[in-house]
Amino acid sequence: MQAFDTAQLPRDPSSVRFEPGPTEDKLILSMGPQHPSTHGVLRILLELDGEYIVRAEPVLGYIHRMHEWMAEQKTYFQFMPNMGRVDYLHAMAWNWAYAGAVERLAGIEVPERGEHIRVAVTELNRISSHLLWWGAYLLDLGAFTPIMYAFDDREILLDILQAVTGSRLTYSYFTFGGVYNDVPEDFAPRCLAFTKHLRSRLPMYRDLVTDNVILRGRCEGIGEMDVDLARRYGATGPVIRGSGAPVDTRRAEPYSVYGKFDFRIPAYSQGDAMARYMVRMDELETSCDIIDQAVSNLPDGPCSAKAPKTLKPPKGEACYAVEGARGKILVHVRSDGGPKPYRVKLRAPGFSNLSVFCELARGTLLADAVSILGSLDLVIPEIDR
Amino acid sequence: MSVSELFEEAYTGLKSLFVGLGITGKAFCQPQVTVIYPKQEVDNLSTFRGHVELVGKEDDPSVPRCVACGACVKACPSDCLSILCPVPVKEGQEDAPVAMGPAPQKGSKTPGAVFVDFALCSLCGQCAKTCPVDSLRFSDNPYMVALDRKEFRIDLMARLKRQAEEA
Repeated sequence: MQAFDTAQLPRDPSSVRFEPGPTEDKLILSMGPQHPSTHGVLRILLELDGEYIVRAEPVLGYIHRMHEWMAEQKTYFQFMPNMGRVDYLHAMAWNWAYAGAVERLAGIEVPERGEHIRVAVTELNRISSHLLWWGAYLLDLGAFTPIMYAFDDREILLDILQAVTGSRLTYSYFTFGGVYNDVPEDFAPRCLAFTKHLRSRLPMYRDLVTDNVILRGRCEGIGEMDVDLARRYGATGPVIRGSGAPVDTRRAEPYSVYGKFDFRIPAYSQGDAMARYMVRMDELETSCDIIDQAVSNLPDGPCSAKAPKTLKPPKGEACYAVEGARGKILVHVRSDGGPKPYRVKLRAPGFSNLSVFCELARGTLLADAVSILGSLDLVIPEIDR
Repeated sequence: MSVSELFEEAYTGLKSLFVGLGITGKAFCQPQVTVIYPKQEVDNLSTFRGHVELVGKEDDPSVPRCVACGACVKACPSDCLSILCPVPVKEGQEDAPVAMGPAPQKGSKTPGAVFVDFALCSLCGQCAKTCPVDSLRFSDNPYMVALDRKEFRIDLMARLKRQAEEA
C-alpha cells in the first residue's frame, strides 16, 4: 500500500485547505464517500490530531443529479416523479412542496378530502423515515438488532402506503390539485390499527434502546449545539428542536389543514445527540396523533380538483414550504407562462443541517463524530439534489 | 465518584442490559416475520405497480381501448412509451408499402403497435393519468427479470392478446 503523501495534497482541489501542519500526529482522513455511516456518498475530510478532530469539512457532489436543471427541461407534470427521488425517505413532503408551489402559482384549490389524504400519507411517510433513521443510527453506533424491529413495523406502514400509491419508497403520489388516486376503503381502519400498533411498540423501543446505558453513553453530551448556532446555520427540523427552539413549519406557518389539528411539537433544550434522538422518538407519537385526526373524519367528496392537462401557469413566482422529516423543505417555482418552469429552486433542509457538522465535530473524538453525523439524520441525495 | 454512585451506575447499566436481553429473547420466541424468498413468496404485492399494460375493450378484450392520440407518449417524463400507426399514403404512391410512424397519424384511430421500455420507466403513472379513454393501467407483476436490456421493451398489444386468450 502506498503511504500517504502530503506532497500530493495540494493537487487535490478539495483537500487544498488541509496542508501539512506542525504537529507530527496530524493525519488527514477521508471519511467516505463509501463509508457505511455517511449514509450515501458523503465524503468528509477530517484533520485528526491523534484521535481528535481538528477540522472537518464535508465534500459534496458525488450524487448530484441536476434535479433543478431537469425541472427546466420537463413540463410541470413530468417533473413530479423527480420529487420522490430527491429525498427518498420522505418523498411525500417533497411531492407536497412542489405540488403546493405550482398550485399557488396556477391558483388551483385542493378539495378538503385531498388535503386530509395528503396529511395522512405525509405523516405516515414521516414515521417510516424516522423509523429507518432510528434503525440506521443505532446501526452506526454498533447496535444491530433495533433496525430489525424498526423494519418490522415499517413493513406494515409501507403496505398501507403501497395500497394507496403503488410504490414502497419513491412515491409520486401528489398531483396538482390533489392526489393521484383516491385511497382504498380500508385505508382509515388500517391507519388507525397501525398507529395503535406503533404506540404499543414505543415502550418496547424505549426499554430496548432509549434507556440503554450504552446508547446514553454514546449520545448524551455529544455534539452539543446551542440554539444560536443552529439558527446561524439555518438548521431546521428535529435538529433545531433538539436545541430547544420549537420551530415547526406545520405550526409556524400552517399550510393545508394542519391548522385544524391538535398536536404537540416536541422540543428538548439539551442540544446534544440525545436531544435530537428524543425529538424524533416523540415525533413518532406526534405523527400518530395527526394521522388519527386526519383519517378518523375523512371528508367525502373528490380527492382531487380538476387541473388542466397541459398546465401553463401565469407569469410569476411562488414559494411553498412544508415540514419534512429532516426540516423545512421549500420549493420556489418561477414561471414565464410556458409549459415548462423557468426555474425551480429546491431548498433541502439536510444541507443546512450538514453545515453545522463542521462546528459540532471540532474537538470531538472520531467515534463521536459518527454519532453526531447520525444524529443529524442526513440523506445525501437530498443535500446534493 | 463515590462508591455508592459506582454501584448505582453498575446497577442501572446491568438492568438496562438485562431488559434489552429480555426483549430480544421474547422476540426470538415469536414467529418469523421474514420469508425465505425463492421458496416462499409474500402475499402483499397485489397493489405494487408493475409496468403499464393496455386495457381491452369491454366487448372485445383483445383490442385495446386506445385511440392512438399519443397523449401518453407526450406525458411520459422518460420517453419510454411508443405508439406506432400506419402513415397515411401520399397521392400517387398508393402501391408503396405501408410505413409505420409515431402516433398520432391522420386517419388511424387504433394503434398499430404499442411498446413500453420498462428499463426507462419510473412508474410515475403520468401516462395512465393523461389517457383520455383510460386505456393504460399498471400490471401487478413485480418479479420481472431479464438477462438482456432488449427484453424490457415490451410489446403491449401482443401482451393484451395473450391475456385475452388466457382469460
